[in-house]
Amino acid sequence: MRGTLVRRWLGIPWVRALLALALVVSLGCLFNAGGAFLRWSTHRDMLRQISVYGILACGMTLVIVTGGIDLAVGSILGLCSVLFAQLSLHGGQGALAAVGLTLGAGLATGLVSGTLVARARIQPFIATLAMMVFARGLAKWSSGGQKISQAVQAPDGTFSYVDLPRAFDALGGSVLGGNIAVVTLVFGGCLAVSWVVLAKLRYGRYLFATGGNEEAARLSGVPVVRAKLLAYGLSGLFAATAGICQAAQELQGDPEAGTSYELTAIAIAVIGGNSLAGGRGGIGLTLLGALTIGYLEKILSINAVGESSRLMLTGAIIIAAVLLQRKKAG
Amino acid sequence: MLPQELLELRSIGKCFGSNRVLEGVSFDLRGGEVHVLAGENGAGKSTLIKILAGIHTEYEGEIRLQGRPVRFSSPHDAARHGISVIHQEMSLVEPMTAGDNIHLGRESCRLGGWWLDRPAQLKRSLGLCRQLGLDLTAADLDRPVGEFPVSAKNQIEIAKALAFEARILVMDEPTGALNRDEVGRLFALVEAAKRKGCGIVFITHRMAEIYHVADRITVLRDGRRVATAKRGECPESTLIQWMIGRELSPLSPSRSGRPAGAPGRPILEVDGLTVPDPRPGRPPAVREFSIRLHAGEIVGLAGLQGSGGTELFQGLFGALGPVCGGRVRIDGKAFRPESPSASIRRGLAFLTGDRKRSGLVPGLSVTGNITLASLPALSPGGVLQPARERSHAARQAETLRIRLASLDQPVGTLSGGNQQKVVLAKWMEVQPKVLLLEEPTRGIDIGSKVELYSLMGRLAAQGLAILLISSELPELMHLSERILALHRGRVAAEFSRAEATPENVMAAAMGVLP
Repeated sequence: MRGTLVRRWLGIPWVRALLALALVVSLGCLFNAGGAFLRWSTHRDMLRQISVYGILACGMTLVIVTGGIDLAVGSILGLCSVLFAQLSLHGGQGALAAVGLTLGAGLATGLVSGTLVARARIQPFIATLAMMVFARGLAKWSSGGQKISQAVQAPDGTFSYVDLPRAFDALGGSVLGGNIAVVTLVFGGCLAVSWVVLAKLRYGRYLFATGGNEEAARLSGVPVVRAKLLAYGLSGLFAATAGICQAAQELQGDPEAGTSYELTAIAIAVIGGNSLAGGRGGIGLTLLGALTIGYLEKILSINAVGESSRLMLTGAIIIAAVLLQRKKAG
Repeated sequence: MLPQELLELRSIGKCFGSNRVLEGVSFDLRGGEVHVLAGENGAGKSTLIKILAGIHTEYEGEIRLQGRPVRFSSPHDAARHGISVIHQEMSLVEPMTAGDNIHLGRESCRLGGWWLDRPAQLKRSLGLCRQLGLDLTAADLDRPVGEFPVSAKNQIEIAKALAFEARILVMDEPTGALNRDEVGRLFALVEAAKRKGCGIVFITHRMAEIYHVADRITVLRDGRRVATAKRGECPESTLIQWMIGRELSPLSPSRSGRPAGAPGRPILEVDGLTVPDPRPGRPPAVREFSIRLHAGEIVGLAGLQGSGGTELFQGLFGALGPVCGGRVRIDGKAFRPESPSASIRRGLAFLTGDRKRSGLVPGLSVTGNITLASLPALSPGGVLQPARERSHAARQAETLRIRLASLDQPVGTLSGGNQQKVVLAKWMEVQPKVLLLEEPTRGIDIGSKVELYSLMGRLAAQGLAILLISSELPELMHLSERILALHRGRVAAEFSRAEATPENVMAAAMGVLP
């Protein structure tokens, strides 16, 4: 009797995701690097470091629920970090205008991906792969391949320095006596928005229905094209948000920023238990996935595991976690 | 002298957790016979088949193959012992050629199994087809399986089974997607397999097929064997009684309470509707289709596969986009089919013939599926109202008598008949004026069929106009007040209930002029 109860619990996706997280955290307690894992600052740093990836993973979750994938988010992050730096550092735009325009650009880029997928019926992998390459090119073109920083080169070749706009201080800083990074709050906001969309809005149901059985959804009058546009559009919007945060943290816009971040975002969504086949998942799973990946990275780094071993271990652990989840599901 | 026992299952039992699905089931199969396994959905047929196929490896009891006890460790192991299963869902690899599919897993090879010898393989396939009387040429065998119609795929699957030199063929509802002609060809293949000495376990829900193909019949109910009998020894009524455990005619007079010949106002008026074939470069799928469908009326469409019935519904419902020619009026107002959502708003509902592919959304709960088409009304301002959805779903579940553990359970965990009721509930929620039903009882058990029949009668009595496509003539004749026979996209003939006989309807659908 107890066996079936345990099995029933393990059949619930978030229970499994929570178990994976608990496993990683207990590993951290075991290999605590002389007590480093038990200090609050470690957890605070982990939260800050995972936030940008987490923001991307929110958008990724929306897209994955529709049965798609968005490979362009890392490039859109780079593009938007450049754009935001150009507007606010060099363009002298106010914070609101710079943020608004950058978010608009991210949204537009996402909608282009969405149009290619939903209207032109190009496979999501291909459409967003193309957008990934294109957006990276756009970022490099608009920045001239240079990082956009406080140093401004005048036509005569001399450098002058502009003041850091307040938006950078605000977004790159932290609150509550330095205990919570602003970017973590932004991540929280993105989680909340995604949760509202997926769990509370009619369009959230449409995202699940589209991913679960597109033909049945279409014949039931579900606007599948608009549902997909919404998913990819929001994914672009979140990627732009991540780009702004990244620029504010690094005090510059980097056209190379966000390279391969899309893969981490996918890993977060998948390790949380969202089905790449679409139609199943939730934003809570993505949060658990983000924490799992975040702690994993953190534990490896405080134990001074070298980068090469770290990458190999991360790869192996992702597979192990996914296999573990599947085994328990069966 | 009886033919040799090919296969014997002795007191097979199986539990899933605490749920017992099979108990002490014995079953035997002789060479050269067709043994039909009958029973309602959930009676345990599929589980028994899966044990036989090596899919379920944990069970009680014993399997004997030609007298020797065996225990299969995997489907591959079962196949090695000569057991070949043809599932409801086909197991062909669509992009691969027919020849490659036939030999899949047993390729003709050279160089110690590394080098694929396709010419030899093609030759073997051709020989096999000739043996089975299939007219597939070498060029056909080189075409991807995906290009073949369902019926041909079925034949390829059987050829594949026989290429494996199977002694035992298990056919799980192989006729589900076939029309009468194709069923005939399938049965010819079954005969050929019988002559080769194969034993065949055959599962079907169609009564006529049972009596056509069976040598013996075994009925399962609630995981137990009720009876085994020779075909001649159990009349239809006995068989049904065994299956459902109670007296019930499958064609109970569900609509006798309705006054016949007193049609309401015309709800759906179609004049000269033409629907292009969705595949480019083909003649229109439906030509010059006209009908007056009145409130409270059920009109049946009889037609063989490819006669245009499916496209007629798709076109009328706007599933193909704004492509139809002709005039349509719903409830007296002009209507132009352009998209499913627009059609739903105008009072059309379309229950498709393939609930897996285009009916249910697997990730959603029962509630989510029931409210899917009516969400705009249930979520004002775009915000979901779970309590309201649940109460609507609960009401539908009660009206349609959907048997479920919880409204929140995934829809895939329901039985076929209950899944179909969920799809129907979805369409009832939009409160349609016209219901387009395509093969509403396909693949569901007799008990659920009977319930659906009486349900359709009730809905019609409430003033709903129903257009029904069914490949089961008795069903069509039982439910419909009028029957239109479709042939090659045109209405070949119209019959009133009194005029219609299986013979003249089928003749018209096959293009024989009355």
